[in-house]
Amino acid sequence: MPERIASAAAAGPDPAVILRADNVRRRFGGFTAVDVDRLAVRRGEITALIGPNGAGKSTLFNLLTGFDRPDAGQWMFDGHSLAGVPPHKVARLGMVRTFQLTRVLARLTVLENMRIAAPGQLGERLWAAPFSLAWRRREKENTARARALLARFLLDGKRDEPAGALSGGQRKLLEMARALMVEPRMVMLDEPMAGVNPALKQSLLGHIVSLRDDGVSVLFVEHDMDMVHEISDHVVVMAQGRVIAQGTAREVTQDERVVSAYLGERFGGDLEESATTSSGGRDGR
Amino acid sequence: MDILTSALRAGFSVDAAYFCLAAIGLNVQFGYAGLINFGQAGFLAVGAYGFAVGSVSLGLPFSAAIGLGLLCSVALGLVLGLPTLRLRADYLAIATIAAAEVLRLFFGAAFQDVFHGRDGISGFSAAFQAANPFDHPFLGYRPSDLWVMTVGWGLVVIVSVFVWSIMRGPWGRVLKAIREDEEAVRSLGKNVYAFKMQALAIGGLIGALGGFVVALGQNSVQPDNFSFDLTFIVCTMLVLGGAARIMGPVIGAVVFWAFLSLVGGVLDALTAGQDPTIPAWLMTGDQIGTIRFVLVGVALVLLMIYRPQGIFGNRKEMALHA
Amino acid sequence: MRLRPALSLALLVAVLVGAAPTAVATASIAGRTTLATRGDDPETVKVTGKLVNRDDTGSTPVGGGRVTVTDASGAEHVATSRPDGGFSVEVPFEAGPISIKLDEGSLPRGVTLREGSRNPITRTISGTLPLTVTFVLGKGDRRTMSWADQVPQSLFNGLYFGLIISLGALGLSLIFGTTRLTNFAHGEMVTFGALVTYGLNVAGIDIWPAGLLAALLAAVFGFAQDRFFWRPIRRRGTGVLAMMIISIGVQFILRNVYQFFTGGRTETYRQYTTPEGHQLGPITYSVRDVVCVAIALVLVLGVTIALKRTRLGRATRAVADNAALAATTGIDVNRVITTVWAVGALLAATCGMLLGFSQAVKFDLGALQLLVMFAAITVGGLGSVWGAVLGSLLVGTLIEMSTLVIPSELKMAAALFLLVGVLLFRPQGLLGRAQRIG
Repeated sequence: MPERIASAAAAGPDPAVILRADNVRRRFGGFTAVDVDRLAVRRGEITALIGPNGAGKSTLFNLLTGFDRPDAGQWMFDGHSLAGVPPHKVARLGMVRTFQLTRVLARLTVLENMRIAAPGQLGERLWAAPFSLAWRRREKENTARARALLARFLLDGKRDEPAGALSGGQRKLLEMARALMVEPRMVMLDEPMAGVNPALKQSLLGHIVSLRDDGVSVLFVEHDMDMVHEISDHVVVMAQGRVIAQGTAREVTQDERVVSAYLGERFGGDLEESATTSSGGRDGR
Repeated sequence: MDILTSALRAGFSVDAAYFCLAAIGLNVQFGYAGLINFGQAGFLAVGAYGFAVGSVSLGLPFSAAIGLGLLCSVALGLVLGLPTLRLRADYLAIATIAAAEVLRLFFGAAFQDVFHGRDGISGFSAAFQAANPFDHPFLGYRPSDLWVMTVGWGLVVIVSVFVWSIMRGPWGRVLKAIREDEEAVRSLGKNVYAFKMQALAIGGLIGALGGFVVALGQNSVQPDNFSFDLTFIVCTMLVLGGAARIMGPVIGAVVFWAFLSLVGGVLDALTAGQDPTIPAWLMTGDQIGTIRFVLVGVALVLLMIYRPQGIFGNRKEMALHA
Repeated sequence: MRLRPALSLALLVAVLVGAAPTAVATASIAGRTTLATRGDDPETVKVTGKLVNRDDTGSTPVGGGRVTVTDASGAEHVATSRPDGGFSVEVPFEAGPISIKLDEGSLPRGVTLREGSRNPITRTISGTLPLTVTFVLGKGDRRTMSWADQVPQSLFNGLYFGLIISLGALGLSLIFGTTRLTNFAHGEMVTFGALVTYGLNVAGIDIWPAGLLAALLAAVFGFAQDRFFWRPIRRRGTGVLAMMIISIGVQFILRNVYQFFTGGRTETYRQYTTPEGHQLGPITYSVRDVVCVAIALVLVLGVTIALKRTRLGRATRAVADNAALAATTGIDVNRVITTVWAVGALLAATCGMLLGFSQAVKFDLGALQLLVMFAAITVGGLGSVWGAVLGSLLVGTLIEMSTLVIPSELKMAAALFLLVGVLLFRPQGLLGRAQRIG
């Protein structure tokens, strides 16, 4: 323990780093799913987290956002220690995640999906809820902001439809737009491109870049190296629960360990399979 | 004709009123927030007993006794919600069904000098009936019943308006979202646990109001008023009228009681007399009660399978959930 | 009551059987509405009961005991117990309080009312509600029994009760494990076992073959229930929460059907109701207890071994682990689930059959044990087989031990406290796998 604390302290707070994790470990039974000594995500950049199936990317994601608890480790987001912080507080602090299998609220309209994500709505307090005077104004502002975002994600025409009526790609877009309603400083996208057709992939890539241009830091999990090449400033490669390489896309693709980690993967499976196995895991929970 | 009028009268009776309040409470919990509370009878019981003990044993004034009843129901909500609302939905169902049963046994056997066992507590509604403006029977209802009905259905109106007011806005929106996908709501920065807790407590409070109406309606409270059958009927009423709608529990209560009375009346007629239409070896008048409840169970099962949105609900809305 | 034989209690249960026993539930629910629509109020109410003296050497009926019932108008009705202990008296049906008084002077020497018991007992006839009053009697020397002396017997009783309950809990846990359904109608399978055994026993079949037949019939019932009811519902894609509510509906239907056929009566088997007691150190047991324990142990071990060793057992565990994955490996998931239902029903019915010795055989026998079974599988860990057994033993023991400090009517509260406590501090249960908690 003392060693770990020392290493974190020695590095000191680096204003360029928005998220930094030290010695985060998570075991399931006898199997170590995540064992990350050190991970840093830089402010205002797009960081890709890649690795073969079962590398522990999604588990790490769940740990960092509070959806799962590690056996050990600590991590700082923008000056706040997040170890043991529940997921809703993580989101309020400005780190918002999306899900690999989209989780739109199917029976709510697209616009309601957006409004619900807005922070600081007094009307969500039970005592204020019956009095519309207390929240009507804020609701109007939120609606205006939601519609602007929907327009940007080409969903404004669908705003009064139930989100369950959207296509798979539109749901991905809605989830990304909804994450932005929370006014995040950092978004965590869990395989945003999984199971999406090539045309939509391009559009999603564009949206991710535009997030960065708005000053939002991005960490996204991806499977496909080619996607990562195009947009990421920094790449973190995981295999068997560990971070095996970090650097620019060019640097990591030339790394021996990365190549060998991926080689087995290329023959073994593809993207579709990774999507189905992880969905089975989620249902089983 | 007689059967029809008594069915209609049953649909608006004191019983229908308190069951309706119980159903409105359950609607907040189950309909809007998706919490399965199989112990609504327990919430009515602590409300009614809190009020009765406050009035009789502690000698509190009417409003303070009511307050005590409300407080007890919130406490019950906290005790059941704190350990279970972070867990799978089954746990709340198990804890509530267990708690309601244990409470019934508790009121029936513990502290006999306070709760008076299975006889229950009685004789506390004099002050309430003194304020009764009705002095003649009307439409076959007794004056005392008319007064309780007025208050009961008045509460139904007030509570329905309240539920509408909290459900139309941001608070209700979060609740409906939780019913659909807790994880998604959590990822958006909402404290799901706190919202569920609030919904459970509000539903329990409304249930306690139902408990007051029972207590005042009978001028007594007995443990057997709050058996599991009550929860079951409330559940059926809610599904019948349509969960997650303001008018669902109200429509459900009226239709249910009218229908139950109708079935009872018809069966009564069929089994009555020297040579009943239904032969005595098959069914006697004594068995009407059980047969009616079998039919209620069948109705709930069929509704849940084929029309989970209720008799007047919109199928399309439910289908989207898949 | 069988579960506390060493308390050397003689129990007198006077059951007020109203003319309309099936109106129990009706009256308690529908209240005045029901009564208003019913025009056949009985003219008299029959008070019946039996006087039995239980002590270390077994139980003997007490004849000559005098019971006085004072009705609402003040008239007295006296009944004297027959040599078989039974008595009966009719009082006019009239709403209002009646009092039932046991004349202690009429009791045989050495049998007295237990200290603290109420006598007379006052009850109110409201509507057609049947009422049950219990006078607790004990031999004059019962006070030599100290609190500490009762501990071993309570422990024995608790483990015995827990072991029998574990049969029900095991089925509940298996069904939950494979279908994720918390089956609220499982208690009705338990009742099924007791009622069918009783019916066959009354028809002249010896109790053990009757129990076996009941268990086999229950297996058929369980099979049919899944094959023709739950499987189609699963195929419709009905959600787990909706299925839970449907199971509550099934519970309600079955319970009332049972009540329809039994009329709400409380019955006992024709054989082994009061077996001879044997002494082992501080513990009193009977041969019947030993047979019951043996049956339960054989079934529990049989099921757990079958789950480990047989093909079907391994398939069951695979389905419980991940049904979708199991299906891809060629396991017929639906067949496994239907089998689990059949086995679960068989276990539950056996549980009910064995409970029928010690508890009232009645339409709600199983419903009353549902809370105990839930507490057991939650404490042990939802879906864990050994957890269900361990949980049952723990809950059973706690329930029986709690009667040393709280009134036995409230012993179920002990199960609830354990349930809530476990949920607070170890929600996955003692043997459950840690699951993610939001």
